[in-house]
Amino acid sequence: MRKGEVFGFLGPNGAGKTTTMKMIQCVSPRSGGALSVFGLDPDKSPAKIKGRIGVVPQETNLDPDFSCIRNLLTYARYFDIPPRAAQERADELLAFVQLTEKRDVPIDKLSGGMKRRLILARALINRPELLILDEPTIGLDPQARHLVWEKLRLLQAQGNTIVMTTHYLDEASRLCDRLVIMDAGKILVEGAPADLVRRHAAAEIVEVEKSDRVIACLNGENIPYEDAGDMVLVPTGSAQELARTLLDRCHPEKLLTRPATLEDVFLKLTGRRLRD
Amino acid sequence: MAGLFSIPPVTRRCWHVWHRNLIVFFKTWKVNFFPPFIEAFLYLFAIGLGIGTYVQQIDGVPYVNFIAPAILAISVMNSAFFECTYGSYVRMYYQKSFDAIIATPLSIEDVIAGELLWGATRSTMYVSIMLPVLAAFGVIALPLSLLAIPLAFLGGMLFAGIAMCFTAITPSIDTLNYPSFLFITPMMLFSGTFFPLNLLPATFQYAAIALLPLTHVVSIMRMLTLSSLSWTALLSLAWMAAATLIFCVISVNLMRRRLIV
Repeated sequence: MRKGEVFGFLGPNGAGKTTTMKMIQCVSPRSGGALSVFGLDPDKSPAKIKGRIGVVPQETNLDPDFSCIRNLLTYARYFDIPPRAAQERADELLAFVQLTEKRDVPIDKLSGGMKRRLILARALINRPELLILDEPTIGLDPQARHLVWEKLRLLQAQGNTIVMTTHYLDEASRLCDRLVIMDAGKILVEGAPADLVRRHAAAEIVEVEKSDRVIACLNGENIPYEDAGDMVLVPTGSAQELARTLLDRCHPEKLLTRPATLEDVFLKLTGRRLRD
Repeated sequence: MAGLFSIPPVTRRCWHVWHRNLIVFFKTWKVNFFPPFIEAFLYLFAIGLGIGTYVQQIDGVPYVNFIAPAILAISVMNSAFFECTYGSYVRMYYQKSFDAIIATPLSIEDVIAGELLWGATRSTMYVSIMLPVLAAFGVIALPLSLLAIPLAFLGGMLFAGIAMCFTAITPSIDTLNYPSFLFITPMMLFSGTFFPLNLLPATFQYAAIALLPLTHVVSIMRMLTLSSLSWTALLSLAWMAAATLIFCVISVNLMRRRLIV
């Protein structure tokens, strides 16, 4: 990982994303291989490493016995931050995540989005050199997601290094400078989102309804396609040309063209089989 | 098995966990300070004055004075035990507090050590609140009874360690009822609390001394409040110190096993 970049870990459920995060944050032991965080060994200096990272866990684990501000102050104490500095930092962070007016509100009175924002603030209390985000926007409505993204981009612009996992591929393409797609504990590909799309998917995709007529036609024309539920996907270099051909020869009722996305790469690499 | 007895690397950061629990405790101090007061009164009236009317003396000691140290010892046991079973389990499993804390420089060993210290602190506070009530009734000897406070801390660590072992292996919060009913309740009755141990058959007496931690807490506590120290206090103290060390170490290692995967 490079300093100042946003690095994403993508993969289906059970791919090993969270496990990787937990190994980086010195909570889970390594199962094998080499791992070094800030050039330190997680087995030997976990406290040193943990003092320099901030973690947004997948599960909301704010302290329900405390208000927003107390959550931050209590957390600051775990990092041995002196009380006055902690107070200043906590108020600053509440403003940053737009929770100043909820300062003294107990946790159970917050909405899901507010809780996620408070967790983000909590992760920043020690001015971490590395921020670890495990599914930062899981379960949030679009408004709340956009707010979190905005904050993350701001952090990135300030030169923070961020590692994140996500299931949302649009989130990954928006935020990540580089990412890996992994499955069953193995890294499948690595690169910048746009490069990955270029390398592993065609430039554009034509989606056509999946009917016997269309399938027969595609087979007859020798056009390779991919089955995707009620539609078939036809990757192509030029959607316009292909769409015209298909409309002329196969007469589909539904057809749409779009640029290829990270999701196409993801599904191509990890398959469409359902995971738990 | 070797790992169970290895000395866990606990740092002074464990006090942050203790401090967190202390703040929560004082946030609801009204709820937390009343039970010790009420409990002291209830026991004194119900057992001391009620049963005491029939059982006037035991070994030449008024019955109320006989059970006063037992009330203190039982409080030591209950506060630490329930804090480090149900209290810790809720913080670990439902509130996910431990997960949140170990993402900071604190290790799981620090967290559990903080919880144990907190359990012992609860015992100490409970006894400190009860002492004035008992003193007001004139059923304990002063100033020797003030040593009940440090004794409460040691006893508290002992029961906190035992409790944390159960918390580390319990599959769910419901199964914590087993140690409560099968271990704590019998111990409350058969540790020389409300009647002298020597009324029990010899085998049971030895079993109580060998296996029931409360026996030793009650025994020392009674020597303090009746101001009748004997050398057996040292034996009990040694038993408690050894058991405390063993259970606290095992509990931290068991918890590590449970939580670090």
